[in-house]
Amino acid sequence: MNDMSNDSYVTEDGRTIGGVVMEMKNITLRFGGVKAITDISFDIREGEIRAIIGPNGAGKSSMLNVISGFYVPQEGEVWYKGRKRPPMKPYEVAQQGIARTFQNIALFEGMTVLDNVMTGRIRQMQAGLLSQALWRGKAEREEIENRAQVEKIIDFLEIQHIRKTPVGRLPYGLKKRVELARALAAEPSILLLDEPMAGMNVEEKEDMSRFILDVNDEFGTTIALIEHDMGVVMDLSDRVVVMDYGKKIGDGTPSEVRSNQAVIDAYLGVAHD
Amino acid sequence: MPEQLVFAMEVFLNGLMAGVLYALVALGFVLIYKASGIFNFAQGVMALFAAMTLVGIQNGQIPFAPLINATLGTNAHFFGWNLPSAISLPLTVGVMILLAWAVQRFVFRHLVGQEPIILFMATIGLAYFLEGVADLMWGSEIKKLDFCLTAETCLPQGINLAIDEATYNWFGYGFFIDNLDITAAIVAVLLVGALVAFSQYTKHGRAMRAVADDHQAALSVGISLDFIWVLVWSVAGFVALVAGIMWGAKSGVQFSLSLIALKALPVLMLGGFTSIPGAIVGGLIIGVGEKLFEFAIGPMVGGATENWFAYVLALLFLVFRPQGLFGEKIIERV
Repeated sequence: MNDMSNDSYVTEDGRTIGGVVMEMKNITLRFGGVKAITDISFDIREGEIRAIIGPNGAGKSSMLNVISGFYVPQEGEVWYKGRKRPPMKPYEVAQQGIARTFQNIALFEGMTVLDNVMTGRIRQMQAGLLSQALWRGKAEREEIENRAQVEKIIDFLEIQHIRKTPVGRLPYGLKKRVELARALAAEPSILLLDEPMAGMNVEEKEDMSRFILDVNDEFGTTIALIEHDMGVVMDLSDRVVVMDYGKKIGDGTPSEVRSNQAVIDAYLGVAHD
Repeated sequence: MPEQLVFAMEVFLNGLMAGVLYALVALGFVLIYKASGIFNFAQGVMALFAAMTLVGIQNGQIPFAPLINATLGTNAHFFGWNLPSAISLPLTVGVMILLAWAVQRFVFRHLVGQEPIILFMATIGLAYFLEGVADLMWGSEIKKLDFCLTAETCLPQGINLAIDEATYNWFGYGFFIDNLDITAAIVAVLLVGALVAFSQYTKHGRAMRAVADDHQAALSVGISLDFIWVLVWSVAGFVALVAGIMWGAKSGVQFSLSLIALKALPVLMLGGFTSIPGAIVGGLIIGVGEKLFEFAIGPMVGGATENWFAYVLALLFLVFRPQGLFGEKIIERV
């Protein structure tokens, strides 16, 4: 399971997963003298739900920030769609089709849900400034087409009733869902979710799990997520990377990871069953 | 109708017209402040610079002529042409876009993430720098601005006879309303309408609002902050140009034009720094307020109240409603 071949594989629930979309090769990230990530390699395959787990401070969020271009690692290479990725600004990474959500939610609070989700479509909109200024031709067409796409996503994530509400007024759980909608609107090649269920109650967590699975199922979106909640991760994901103190200590299917002694020691050792 | 009331009505209308011009300047401030959190002290100088550039191009002035003549020993001042505004306007817009790019590239790009006070100080520096450049480039004499798209279609000036006649028939007293002011009001309304539509219904308009709201989130959906800031400064430059043309046509293109920025400050205090409608309403209130105050109270205190009325009003707002009429109330959640 942990080989680097480009063959597809079949998941535990019988879905066929495609080739490698993204590969992290020997990534090392330092902040001054502190090593946040030490020599980590793993891959993300098309159509799978890939989880990165680990205790607090393991470097999971740093890893996500490396993928989305917010941090540039000192060592190692990021390969995306078969090409080595040069150092890039976060907005360039986003334009390449890597969408993300944030642990602490980064939405445009003053804008409506609809406008927030529309910003996700910026990648798809190509009209020039002049065309936009005059609102003629391409700009007008694009605006209408993309609006229709956005409405579909809003329906899919069941947030129609708050379409025109400014995001700042929404409760936490709904904000998380709007953020997911905005990321999804970009039709990303990889969707990065930074703790999608952090701070949610049981019901909201179940909703979110369902949406993540539905998104993967319906659109075939490749998803990489970070999560604290072990139960959720094991149910959701096809393959799991386990990090501890910035190092990779396990990689494989949920059942493989569960029986990995290093993982049990570092992370699951406290379980009483 | 009593005579005093009729006079007051005329004063009120003229106040509205003056207010539109204040609002135009305030609008430029709001645009930049919303998108980048920078309070642009140079907005007034930008209006001056834009107006001088427009006139300079129209009159065929050679930019930096004194400097060139001093170094090369030549004596050239004019290219010897007279361009209609239909040509000088797009050229000036180009210059303002170039200025926006330069400001972002050489100043604010290096100050990303700094304290607001440092950004503010940078704009003060920018204001003086730009004033110097404008002086060096186009000279410091007062210039007349004739804004004529072609030889015949010029900005109208002088008394509006239709209003004069109509009011004379109604009240037995003809109002003096300047055609230029009416044009300015129409242009301002169109400009604001266009800006609002742009920010609501286009990709880059939405991106502008997004950047104003949250930088990190904007990056994550693929918005280049650098590009949006250049865009915002360009739009502010364009608004400055419109304000510069209107003020310049009214009172000549001269260096005191940059001081209209000071009149925009009380407008912002009233309207709130983050609200485009606020800038408009604030401008109108200040315009009407200072004219009516001068009319009603002025004679009792020896006149010249227009110089301070706006600031006193702003002071009252600062004390009782610091976020302005339309500004977002700042609520810190604990």
